Amino acid sequence: MRRFLLEGLMRRPLTEAAPAPDGDASAELAAALERRARDRLGRSLAIRMVDAGSCNGCELEIQALGNPFYDLERFGLHFVASPRHADVLMVTGPVTHNMAEALRRTHDAMPAPKWVIAVGDCAKDGGCFAGSYAVAGGADAVVPVDLHIAGCPPDPTALLKGLRALVESRDIEAGQD
Amino acid sequence: MTELPDLAWTRARDFRAAPFGATTVSAPQWTALAQALAAGRVTLMSLWAEHGAVCMALHDSAARRVAVARLDGLGDGFPSVGLHHAPAQRLERAAADLFGLAPLGAEDARPWLDHGRWGILHPLGAAAPHPGHAPYPFLPVEGESLHQVPVGPVHAGIIEPGHFRFTAQGETVVRLEERLGYTHKGIDRQMQGASLARGAELAGRCSGDSTVAYSFAFAQATEAALVVKVPDRAFALRGIMAELERLANHLGDIGAICNDAAFPMMLAQTSVLREMVLRAAARAFGHRFMRDRIVPGGVTVDLDAEGVTAIRALVETIRDGFPPLVALYDTTASLLDRTVGTGHLSPDLAQRFGAGGHVGRASGRDYDTRRDLRYAPYDMLRLEVPLREDGDVNARIWLRIKEVEQSCSLITQMLNALPSGPVLAEVPPAGAARTGLGLVEGFRGDILVWLSLDPDGTIARCHMRDPSWFQWPLLEAVIEGNIIADFPLCNKSFNCSYSGHDL
Ligand code: SF4
Repeated sequence: MRRFLLEGLMRRPLTEAAPAPDGDASAELAAALERRARDRLGRSLAIRMVDAGSCNGCELEIQALGNPFYDLERFGLHFVASPRHADVLMVTGPVTHNMAEALRRTHDAMPAPKWVIAVGDCAKDGGCFAGSYAVAGGADAVVPVDLHIAGCPPDPTALLKGLRALVESRDIEAGQD
Repeated sequence: MTELPDLAWTRARDFRAAPFGATTVSAPQWTALAQALAAGRVTLMSLWAEHGAVCMALHDSAARRVAVARLDGLGDGFPSVGLHHAPAQRLERAAADLFGLAPLGAEDARPWLDHGRWGILHPLGAAAPHPGHAPYPFLPVEGESLHQVPVGPVHAGIIEPGHFRFTAQGETVVRLEERLGYTHKGIDRQMQGASLARGAELAGRCSGDSTVAYSFAFAQATEAALVVKVPDRAFALRGIMAELERLANHLGDIGAICNDAAFPMMLAQTSVLREMVLRAAARAFGHRFMRDRIVPGGVTVDLDAEGVTAIRALVETIRDGFPPLVALYDTTASLLDRTVGTGHLSPDLAQRFGAGGHVGRASGRDYDTRRDLRYAPYDMLRLEVPLREDGDVNARIWLRIKEVEQSCSLITQMLNALPSGPVLAEVPPAGAARTGLGLVEGFRGDILVWLSLDPDGTIARCHMRDPSWFQWPLLEAVIEGNIIADFPLCNKSFNCSYSGHDL
């Protein structure tokens, strides 16, 4: 089987599949982002993601950041399982009342300095679920938001752009928490 | 055997093209139906509350027909169906939370979607102020040297929130109890009084991975209620979108299951194919998930020559690139060691719960909405429905592999016979109260939409039942006797929707 795997890798390197039109653009973007993250934080960025009530569409695009086209981990940007290890909290979905406490506690568990990115139209202000009895609002109804990435869902390139914007923002330069 | 009450049974050909009438039953007849469900004579498709009433959608699979029974004039409760037929239990608890209609005699009276945090009680019923948050009593567990592992609602990965309470003896799970409802957004109430356009928007946001299937089912229900003549080309484009969605999800999940068995290479490979599906979808229909493309009356985008080329190229890529991955799966002993025999679902249980999609079909439940309750465009296509009996994680992976092949074939058939003409028809005004039923085979199983319209054309009630309702309880059953470390594997092989369930 090992030979099959090696052959498979030799014959069909993933880089061959990658150069789709915006493949290069996203690689460039991710590289720029990684440089910035290192400049500002002296290391890579650890991201903790919390779905605060989304439809799961936003998660699918965040997951796609890990596929070989975008391969976020190449650049030292990675998702972590524990909020204790995270620099950035990514929040998707309208914040439902049933998730508000879990979101708040996750944010509380992160060490400072920390930043919050609200991903998707729902996380901005509740999106098309705003005003429901079950929805508290956007992510900022519960945690302080540093950046919002629009879209329903935002595609992986938009997500990369957003991450870049975050590390370039003055807040991070000042190292606020 | 008790007599089944006479119900207005309707075959697919009829309810696809015309409004659907519920049959009003008496309380004893309602209970007789519950007993018929328990005896396996009919299958429960859904159970939901309306203002002062409860309804059940039933499937008579032998005769390929569907009926909706309705028990009217309720004060604060109705005879429990879950008492006789377990698959109804969570649906009843949800109905009680939303409408304040209690399932009388039910064994489990705990709230389900209501976590005590909405500020109101029974938001679709009397909507009284909520007495407040109370701790949720998990089922008691007694025995020697048991320990509990609570997981969630926030999980380690990039996934949706839910709570799992494992009780284990050593490494072995003796019970899993799920607690869901965290992503409850109140969609049922937002639907009330909404316009059809707004309804379609909400339907497409019930479960992001199934946005095409949900919009499709919502459009079907509307078109049946209002007797809309949808152009043939729109049907074909809907079919292509639905199969692209199925491909994207199956490809992603096959890799993700293997990843949970510590074989990340498969995920890397299938996620490349998945990304190609999404890019082809964006090129052909203008959105990676094809969201808001299906609306009542047809579709909002036409497919041009460039789009056709993109989709054909995609099918070629999958036909070339997928078989070596299947071979890799099938020859990797260490991977098969994790998937074969793990998370076994018995055919009996799959049948009893009416489990849809790959969960049911990997355990011998021979049902696919596209074939058994046909709808356009599948009535014009050749579809082979794969079926297995072995019911473990491996079987569910193979089911999905076969469905990838089927979807490629369906897409090619549709592209080869693409009708020309308009893609959107006008939706006539309602004029009177109307109801319609939509049933679509999404990638995880059958999605049901029950739609009642007011005479002015706004939505009086829209009930949407995700396939996960009948799959989540089975996940609790299949993990029993497995080790905790195999839970992610079992879970991913089901891949139930949290959002589609919680709404
Ligand atoms: S922004 Fe769109 S994709 Fe994201 S959670 Fe909301 S409805 Fe779903």
